[in-house]
Amino acid sequence: MADLCAVVGVGQTKHASCRADVSIAGLVREAVDRALADANIGIDDVDAIVIGKAPDPLEGVAMPELWLADALAAHGKPVFRVHTAGSVGGSTAIVAAQHVMAGIHGTVLTVGFEKQSDGNAMWALSVPIPFGMPVHAGAGGYFSPIVRGYIKRSGAPSHIGAMVAVKDRTNACKNPYAHLHEPDWTLEKALESPMMWDPIRFVETCPSSDGAMALVIMSEERADKHAGPKAWVHATAMRSEPTAFAGREQVSPRAGEMCAEDLWRKGGITNPAKEVDVAEIYVPFAWFEPMWLENLGFAPRNEGWRWVEDGVTDIGGSLPINPSGGVMSTNPIGASGMLRFGEAAMQVMGKAGEHQIDGARKAVGHAYGGGSQFFAMWLVSSSKP
Amino acid sequence: MPRRDVAIVATAQRPNEVGSTLTSVELILPVINDVIAKVGIERQKIGFWCHGSCDYMSGQPFSFVAAVDAIGAWPPIVESHVEGDGALALYEAWVKIQTGECDVALVFSNGKTTSGPIDRILNLQADPYVVTPLWPGFDSLAALQARACLDAGVLTEADMAEVAARSYRDALNNPIAYAKENVTAEQLLARPYTTAPLRAHDCGVPVDGANAIILAAGDAARSLAERPAWIRGIDHRIDTQRLGARSMTESSSAAIAAVKAGVGDDRIDIAELHAPYTHQEILLRRAMNLGEGTHVNPSGGALVSNPAMAAGLARFAEAAESVFSGSADRVLAHCTSGPMLQQNLVCVMEGE
Amino acid sequence: MSEADGIMRLRQPISVTYNWSAGPNATSHLNGLLDGTLVGKRCPGCSLVYFPPRNGVCPKCARILGADVVVGPRGTITTFCVVNVPFLGQKIKLPYVAAQILLDGADISMQHLIQECEASDVRIGMRVEPVWKDRSEWGPSLENIAHFRPTGEPDRDMGVEAGAS
Repeated sequence: MADLCAVVGVGQTKHASCRADVSIAGLVREAVDRALADANIGIDDVDAIVIGKAPDPLEGVAMPELWLADALAAHGKPVFRVHTAGSVGGSTAIVAAQHVMAGIHGTVLTVGFEKQSDGNAMWALSVPIPFGMPVHAGAGGYFSPIVRGYIKRSGAPSHIGAMVAVKDRTNACKNPYAHLHEPDWTLEKALESPMMWDPIRFVETCPSSDGAMALVIMSEERADKHAGPKAWVHATAMRSEPTAFAGREQVSPRAGEMCAEDLWRKGGITNPAKEVDVAEIYVPFAWFEPMWLENLGFAPRNEGWRWVEDGVTDIGGSLPINPSGGVMSTNPIGASGMLRFGEAAMQVMGKAGEHQIDGARKAVGHAYGGGSQFFAMWLVSSSKP
Repeated sequence: MPRRDVAIVATAQRPNEVGSTLTSVELILPVINDVIAKVGIERQKIGFWCHGSCDYMSGQPFSFVAAVDAIGAWPPIVESHVEGDGALALYEAWVKIQTGECDVALVFSNGKTTSGPIDRILNLQADPYVVTPLWPGFDSLAALQARACLDAGVLTEADMAEVAARSYRDALNNPIAYAKENVTAEQLLARPYTTAPLRAHDCGVPVDGANAIILAAGDAARSLAERPAWIRGIDHRIDTQRLGARSMTESSSAAIAAVKAGVGDDRIDIAELHAPYTHQEILLRRAMNLGEGTHVNPSGGALVSNPAMAAGLARFAEAAESVFSGSADRVLAHCTSGPMLQQNLVCVMEGE
Repeated sequence: MSEADGIMRLRQPISVTYNWSAGPNATSHLNGLLDGTLVGKRCPGCSLVYFPPRNGVCPKCARILGADVVVGPRGTITTFCVVNVPFLGQKIKLPYVAAQILLDGADISMQHLIQECEASDVRIGMRVEPVWKDRSEWGPSLENIAHFRPTGEPDRDMGVEAGAS
């Protein structure tokens, strides 16, 4: 019933802690213009625009997609806004793809962005609720007890987080758009990085970034006539669960497992670790790499950390994870999910430049948000299913 | 024509009130349970849930996350959220069903519009560099538009008062509506201006409310409702937000959406227009070419009861209910967003 | 170059005031705190006890929570972290331990501070008890409890896998 669709263009901004050189509209257009150029189309060729970003208090503009209609030349077109917390970049790409899969539009532009230097991100992430007890300091304070839980149950040695951090920061040096370019990390140096929320070290945390990512998605009919490489969307999946309930499994949430199971089933994948060439997964704190390897069904339970230690997830390994440097090197919250989805597309389109995985044919994009409760994934490939 | 026939099969709304002391979760939970009970479906059979709300109105970043507590998301569900009116969440659900990924979807929205200064909050929707710092106020922007319409001779203050009087009287029959009064246009015209040329009754009353709607495709819809309200066409468009860059006496995005939704293909019995200002109802009628035979807002509309972020979905609920009851065969539901009718969603529904 | 060419950023303070409701289903919990008692609520569907009764709703069953249940005052640490990063609005001296505590009688852990011991002594399974502020400082809030401290009892293995709620 659903049409096939493909990503035909990808564009992103140079991500940085503060893009004072552009307005919010300028930031968005930088990514959009690059995506349009990459797709070799003009802005008037776009039928509809699907925008995603995280909470509006991060910039102080309510429902900015309304104001951005002008910057996006959207007069007379549909503009749609998605907001699913941290996973929003991913779910936005899925909603955009579904507009094409449903046969409603032939060319959809989708963009995820955040200009969080305009506000105070730490405040926006920890606004205290009246009658409650304000205890944790931002996202790290929320997730570090969960990381502690993983370390205890898996028996992982304490240097694994630092290993992932070094890998991601080193990978980012091959990505001209990444926010952090820190070429000199070694494991020894990383293990000296101060503890922020024990057991998470400073080097194991993501930065706060300004940035945007845009994709152009076309129907099969149009994509077939389109010269240039494409990332065919084989499958999409989303799952959610409540933030907290008695007995909730926090380390490997069931919603994440089910999202991946759904994706593999729809995409005809029976052995993810063998059949997927590269994965861009949402790792804002380094320890989430081994945790998500297990949650997504790549590695067996409690074994994810061994894959890290064995170099499986390095660029030269058998399942490279986050060759772009990942969320660990660039994190504009509203864009991060789309960066994962877009980097996966770039891999199978052969457009990842220095961080290209040779021969990548199938790639996964993954995003999560909230209290590890909202999950979005897509499977893309250089050929049709 | 859309590829799949999708219909609204049930709706639930909460009687609107002012100064609610319930949390948003406590507002939402009963309407969700209510709408599910109306069709008797098992929760697990709902293939997609979608929510419309706005963080700035709730006063908290990530405010929608708490709403997941109200829908029993265990085992995990397929769920999404739009930062906007529930009517847009309905659109996302409709798209999802069109892909064939699911057959039944539940959409819901909530707005505790009276917990914060809504006029001030909606200021934040504007250009952050050159408009918001002036803090014009949402009512003031609407007033600018009304003044432009009056000066152009597109409508008169008496026309506006007539819309209000009709709405307040019709609301007497609507248990959901908050404001209601047996009043004439002449009486209303005698009342003072609040933001000239607008009077209090020309502006939608901010209220707290929540609602939920169940959509279903094809045979699933027929099994859940006796007389589903079939969505024949649905479309949304946006205009420039730049003040002065477009005519204030018309809404071209509403006109385009109406054409795409097939409004003009046949008569419309009832049109539930999301018009938070009296003059905007008149502009929307004109933009969509609604004739004299169309009964506009028998519910009283957003004028008498405006739970921001739920007011558009309320129009869908009211329109669908009129199909369910047999009092209408072909209806229109509309939702607007942004200042001066900037963005508009139009939907045409029919009973079989 | 005119003066205007130098303007790149605009500082725009935004202040919005809201009326925040804890909601009627939080009433017994908050009144309990005013009285020095820890009151949770039981879900009529799954019978699990929630403390605090978030939004007054059981997220698994999507039902309004029912009977009041007094829990604690003692509890067991299910997981924790040592916070070493300053943030806007922070009132507590660094480093401090933020822990998830499963109060006796509750089925979900709650978050609070651990003090009166070295951060390095804190462990999963440790037994703790609340230390209340002076009664004159009490309001309808969990902040009436200044922190939790070790009781000295033997650690408890709850049979719950590390990292679960």
